[in-house]
Amino acid sequence: MSDNHQHHDHPTGIKRWLFTTNHKDIGTLYLWFSFTMLLIGGSFAMVIRAELMYPGMQLVDPNFFNMMTTLHGLVMVFGAIMPSTVGLANWCIPMMIGAPDMALPRMNNWSFWILPFAALMLLMPMFMGGNFMSGQGPAFGWTFYEPLSGQYNKLAFFVFAIHLLGISSIMGSINIIATILNMRAPGMTLMKMPLFVWTWLITAFLLIAVMPVLAGAVTMMLTDKYFGTSFFNAAGGGDPVLFQHVFWFFGHPEVYIMILPSFGIVSQIIPTFARKKLFGYASMVYATAAIAFLSFIVWAHHMFTVGMPVAGELYFTYATVMIAVPTAVKVFNWTATMWKGAMTFETPMLWAIAFVVLFTIGGFTGLMLGVATSDFQYQDTYFVVAHFHYVLVTGALFGVIGGVYYWLPKWTGNMYNEKLSKLHFWISAISVNVLFFPQHFIGLQGMPRRVPDYNPMFADWNFVSSIGGFVFGASQLLFLYIVISTIRGGAKATSQVWEGAEGLEWTVPSPAPYHTFENPPLIK
Amino acid sequence: MAEQKYYLPQPSYWPLIGSVGLFTTTFGFASALPGKAGDPMGNMLMMYIGLAILAFMMFGWFSTVVRESEAGKYNMQVDMSFRMGMMWFIFSEVMFFAAFFGALFYARQLSVPWLAGGDPGTNELLWKGFQQNWPLLQTPEMAVKPDADLTFSKASGVIEAWGVPFYNTLILLTSGLTVTFAHWALKQKNRTGLILWLCATVVLGYLFVGLQASEYGHAYHALNLKLSSGIYGTTFFMLTGFHGLHVTIGATMLLIITLRSIKGHFTPERHFAFEAVAWYWHFVDVVWLGLFIFVYWL
Repeated sequence: MSDNHQHHDHPTGIKRWLFTTNHKDIGTLYLWFSFTMLLIGGSFAMVIRAELMYPGMQLVDPNFFNMMTTLHGLVMVFGAIMPSTVGLANWCIPMMIGAPDMALPRMNNWSFWILPFAALMLLMPMFMGGNFMSGQGPAFGWTFYEPLSGQYNKLAFFVFAIHLLGISSIMGSINIIATILNMRAPGMTLMKMPLFVWTWLITAFLLIAVMPVLAGAVTMMLTDKYFGTSFFNAAGGGDPVLFQHVFWFFGHPEVYIMILPSFGIVSQIIPTFARKKLFGYASMVYATAAIAFLSFIVWAHHMFTVGMPVAGELYFTYATVMIAVPTAVKVFNWTATMWKGAMTFETPMLWAIAFVVLFTIGGFTGLMLGVATSDFQYQDTYFVVAHFHYVLVTGALFGVIGGVYYWLPKWTGNMYNEKLSKLHFWISAISVNVLFFPQHFIGLQGMPRRVPDYNPMFADWNFVSSIGGFVFGASQLLFLYIVISTIRGGAKATSQVWEGAEGLEWTVPSPAPYHTFENPPLIK
Repeated sequence: MAEQKYYLPQPSYWPLIGSVGLFTTTFGFASALPGKAGDPMGNMLMMYIGLAILAFMMFGWFSTVVRESEAGKYNMQVDMSFRMGMMWFIFSEVMFFAAFFGALFYARQLSVPWLAGGDPGTNELLWKGFQQNWPLLQTPEMAVKPDADLTFSKASGVIEAWGVPFYNTLILLTSGLTVTFAHWALKQKNRTGLILWLCATVVLGYLFVGLQASEYGHAYHALNLKLSSGIYGTTFFMLTGFHGLHVTIGATMLLIITLRSIKGHFTPERHFAFEAVAWYWHFVDVVWLGLFIFVYWL
């Protein structure tokens, strides 16, 4: 029995990773899992861009194309972005608040080890059709609207994949909340916590509030298909629109679940390289809380064209554009932090600045989409695709990559290769705009999303977008190379790593020892 | 430092066993479900194996924790982590039920009135003749199709609030009292009182489940009220069914802390497991009040 060992002896090899209760090990597992998923989801995106490079059907059949768009979305949301931020939370939160580990270390292991099984459950039906190209993976869009998704003959696998992902997220979030509220070192009051810890506290609350609702939605799908219920069937008194309400009650907070941790990361990086305290710390905390609150009451802005009373359109418009206020508070604060700072532009800072600029573009298009009257024009076009990729790729993902560069020396004890990583940044930052910016144009011209073929009038910008996509995809392999070579060697990092870095994680040696803060530090 | 250190567990294989169990259960169930409506159910063996693995995992994991707890390895800070874990877990359960209550309110307040003419086009073109009724015994489909072609079965009645459901309300409320008496007894070092009041709570819990089961039998056989009886049967059985499942889980947890009380576990100061189960029990109690009011009564 493992608990009979009284001393710190740790299994090595595969057993270390399978049975670990150490927050740093589990953080590493989360990060590698999410990177694997990023490459898988990215390869699906490459198929999509290859098919869309020219008008007409050339590479894959329409069902396979739909499968790619569906799985690209699901894998990126649930496999890449969310676990990557949980990985950062695992690595950093205990060190940032002076705790020896997460509050519930065994449950922490379980939160992670459910994920590979959930991913397997999600992706396996792709290979159940005999041959891969006629795969039977889900092909109904990542939002899995009823009644279309109800026609899918492997629906149960999909439903259970979502259930497993939900169990993992809820346990992970409970752990993070318990860690933050209960494990802070003496003197670390709530309003002294680094902003990354704050944003994760609020994110974890959002996750616990909405993942069960998503579980409810997929359970209703399951019983509608297999057990004769009529939640989404008007013949029995239900309504397919009910699905959209339940889904987006989850779905809107979900987008903040993906972006808030990146807000936190950027709020760590910018003060470090501007060598100034974060401007407006308290307003950052309140703005995050305000965004989280508002995220619960705006969901139907995803459904403006479904049909709702004018009062509903107006309410959801006003509530939605209100989110611009706390979001703008954050953007102003980041900018004000840089104002007259002694700025240097190491790689993490480049990603953080790109985040602020490009995320704001995504925010502005969000305002356009949030107004019901203009949304009628943009609904289900590539404009929407451009909007949420600016928010999620140049927003959430850029934040995470910046965070990885920022903390990598602390994790590995080695500095990354500054030249290569800057190259990685510039290729990514340029190609991602080549990839997504033209999608605004073709969207405004009326190109619908989720189509494998399109009117030749959209051909030029689609070609440009595809070239950007291939370059952006390939540049992430450079990221992989940089990370691996940093793990294997490089200039030794100091404890503080960055001249302007402040916070408890920079007081422990680099690489951070397996156990940190077994005796809590005293915070003045 | 004077304060005892936070207990950090050694590496554990239970979580991985749990993941294998979850995967085996869900994969087995998904494989057994038919691809198309009407196809027969497949072999459920794999699902049962998965459930057995999960039961094994829970037994092993919880035993480890109980052993560590009884060995005094947990300080007050660990205790607080457990408390927060349980509170937020219950909050997640509240949100799960909220989704189904939401579906119920949506059907009653929006979709059924719309189908019955609140949205004139829908009623005129698709469900002509459908009139609003709740409990929904006349589905929209019945208004436009002959009985032989119905997808959703025709129910002849619903479970009345002031019969067994009312007695079940009294039973659950009483069990909320008895578990509180047990708590008092524990705090006053009255071990016999603790065990007896807990036994009473367990009996009341399972009695509730038994009465619910017999009501389900009555609904299915005498009233032809089923999951497939349209949105009333859907929301009725999904809400009360998930609640019944939670009562069963809660009663089983009560049974376990009763056995632990008999073994002499828990002290008047330190009894997190007891409190966690009591919280959970009050949670299923409150959900039932919501069900009684909105599903059975109003």
